[in-house]
Amino acid sequence: MNQMKIESLQPRLRLFIPLVLFTLIAVFLFRALSLNPASIPSAMIGRSLPEFELPVLENERLTNNADLFGRSILINVWATWCAACVIEHPFLMRLADSGIPIYGVNYKDQVVGARKWLSDYGDPYVSNIIDQHGKLGFDLGVYGAPETFFVDANGIIQYRHVGIINEDIWTSKLANLFNGLEEGVK
Amino acid sequence: MMLPISTLAVMETYQFSDPALELRYRKLSAELRCPKCQNQNIAESNAPISKDLRRILYEQLEAGSSDPEILDYMSLRYGEFVRYRPVFSRETALLWMAPIAFLFFGLGFLWFVVRRGVRNAGDETDLPAVSENLEPFFAKDDSKS
Repeated sequence: MNQMKIESLQPRLRLFIPLVLFTLIAVFLFRALSLNPASIPSAMIGRSLPEFELPVLENERLTNNADLFGRSILINVWATWCAACVIEHPFLMRLADSGIPIYGVNYKDQVVGARKWLSDYGDPYVSNIIDQHGKLGFDLGVYGAPETFFVDANGIIQYRHVGIINEDIWTSKLANLFNGLEEGVK
Repeated sequence: MMLPISTLAVMETYQFSDPALELRYRKLSAELRCPKCQNQNIAESNAPISKDLRRILYEQLEAGSSDPEILDYMSLRYGEFVRYRPVFSRETALLWMAPIAFLFFGLGFLWFVVRRGVRNAGDETDLPAVSENLEPFFAKDDSKS
């Protein structure tokens, strides 16, 4: 009597194999639902700003990567053709007002249009680098706009945010990252 | 005119100094992945970034870079993501090993099933043996009676 119970247990347990498999696959796929396939980790994290020598939008004087060293900054890649940049712009104005230095990379854009944009909407940037042919963008691994790079005082890229920066994501995540830049250097 | 869609998508044409370069251009542009659109290679994608990458590919080829040099140049900036055949590393190990693991798993399963089949085939009392296996599921618990 006892022995029969044990023998019958094994095939009964085997009946649960499909259920276990299903559960495993379901958990795996459910996790994938919350992953964002568009967020590709930047290859530039932990590396120095690429070298460049490009004119600035304000007066077309040449600037280079070393000019940006010395303090933690944001480098915001934008363009007048970029629809999302219009949405992001007011929040950048607020960040600039709160004292965060933001440098702009005017990415594959026209100088005249870019100047008009800044005079129309306001200028949150310390300075704007003109990257008309996208060479700096390529060296940064930019694949769209807006993208924002978090660069520490030594000119090392510590983080890259793809897409719009808004109040939510700034307070929940990015503000900490930016404050962390300062600590990392000290 | 009946052109395949892939040739319509790509507008620009490049003049190569050497036909061999053009062949390498075709091969590499099929192997590089568009960072923006993700499921297209840069040869088929008409996203602006793919156009840029094609131009850079063309310039690098004409400048005499080797294939590994060009692929490194791209993945240095856009990560291993831009390569449809990424370099084997800790991050890509699962990607490379999974098919082999599944193959061995499948072979093991096949071996298990076939061996059991052979064992059962040698048994003359095949049918009763199966019904005996099933019996525990159908039979009521006799112990109570």
